Amino acid sequence: MTEMTLADLTRLLRECAGVDEAVDLDGDIIDVPFDELGYDSLALFNTVSRIERDHSVRLPDDLVAEVTTPRWLLGVVNEHLGQPA
Amino acid sequence: MTTAPVVTGLGVVAPNGLGVERYWAATLAGRAGIGPVTRFDASGYRARVAGEVEIDAAALLPGRLLPQTDRMTRLALVAAEEALTDAGLDPSTMDRYGCGVLTAASGGGFEFGQRELEALWGKDSTHVSAYQSFAWFYPVNSGQISIRHGLRGPGGAVVTEQAGGLDAIAMARRDIRCGTRAMVSGGVDGSLCPWSWLCQTRSGRLSPDVDADRAYLPFDADASGYVPGEGGALLVIEDPATAGERRYGEIAGYAATFDPRPGSGRPPALRRAVELALGDAGMDPAEVDVVFADASGVPDLDAQEAAVLVELFGPRAVPVTAPKTMTGRLLGGGAALDVATALLALRDGVIPPTVHIGRPRFADVLDLVRDEPRPARMDSALVLARGHGGFNSALLVRRGRGRDST
Repeated sequence: MTEMTLADLTRLLRECAGVDEAVDLDGDIIDVPFDELGYDSLALFNTVSRIERDHSVRLPDDLVAEVTTPRWLLGVVNEHLGQPA
Repeated sequence: MTTAPVVTGLGVVAPNGLGVERYWAATLAGRAGIGPVTRFDASGYRARVAGEVEIDAAALLPGRLLPQTDRMTRLALVAAEEALTDAGLDPSTMDRYGCGVLTAASGGGFEFGQRELEALWGKDSTHVSAYQSFAWFYPVNSGQISIRHGLRGPGGAVVTEQAGGLDAIAMARRDIRCGTRAMVSGGVDGSLCPWSWLCQTRSGRLSPDVDADRAYLPFDADASGYVPGEGGALLVIEDPATAGERRYGEIAGYAATFDPRPGSGRPPALRRAVELALGDAGMDPAEVDVVFADASGVPDLDAQEAAVLVELFGPRAVPVTAPKTMTGRLLGGGAALDVATALLALRDGVIPPTVHIGRPRFADVLDLVRDEPRPARMDSALVLARGHGGFNSALLVRRGRGRDST
């Protein structure tokens, strides 16, 4: 199973939650907190659901509430990729 | 007497013009924005024309708001921003609870809701957007405007079908009388999607005529129903004690009534609404300089409204107009747009026309302003709105009298 990259994640964020004009999603954002990127829990909920759907993977229920940065989210996603849903 | 709240800002999104001045110019020129439905395939439906707004919402709104908003919410956000800018009001500089928002709605975000329900039943729940949780909801415009502009004062939504635009403004007036400094109020509505279209056509009140210039002919011998549209207006309404000098006018009077149940034999309650609104404003019928009619386009309802106007004002005693013949009826947004239009008419001393009326049915008793704008000295305007299910509302606006007069 291919790893999910930051570029994959920013593409999904754009599609699922839009982009704050003040934020450069193509910049070095791997450790920038989601709230500073303009994303609230609903935005992450939409994006995480989409990741689960696209990759047939089941992510932890509390992930959306806990995850704060793209690095954290990608870490959890990639840990689960390749495991049975 | 009670000091009347004043209107200090306008925002308009209409099928015949985006923004107050473009809409007003088109309306005075008699340019309609009604045409064949393009937003979905309406060929299988009984009604096939609508007033659609031309707008590039993505260019006008923050990107984060696009995935979470129905089209009517996007239109409302554009109108709210224009109204606040026009009023020169910056809520961030006001008391925390100094400014609120109260809008009219009909069904909420139908188009968004239809798409998500299709995803739910056509695919499965993982395909449903989390934003469905609120994007369909009828108070969503008030909520999104409140969040975007930091309006933490009184908030709400009113659902009284096409009377809602007036009812919302009246409820905002009450909030201002209770101490809130400013309110964003009115309505921007519309839902041009198959689900909503089916619901609306079931009323039997939509015109089946496919000719855009012939479909909505209120007070005409050939009236066959109405054309739905999308859009409306939002107003900034302020406490006259703290509002700036620039004012479109004041909310002078208002009343709402409810029709008796069908078959009761009792008369409709529209007349009573007008009488009560006049009483609320302390005005005589002779002081009303122009009437913006509800102009249903349904022959029986046109006759009811014409009868009320003749009974209260006398035959051809007051000019009557229905610029909504250029936009269609905008659900919760239409009456608010009529209030904005009435204020622009008072500002510029000109009554916008009713268009497309070739065979006026009540010409002997109704002085309908047709085809060309009519210059007139006016101090006040009466706006009427009726909503399906028995709602009648009447609202009077009057030119401002300046800060120091009483």
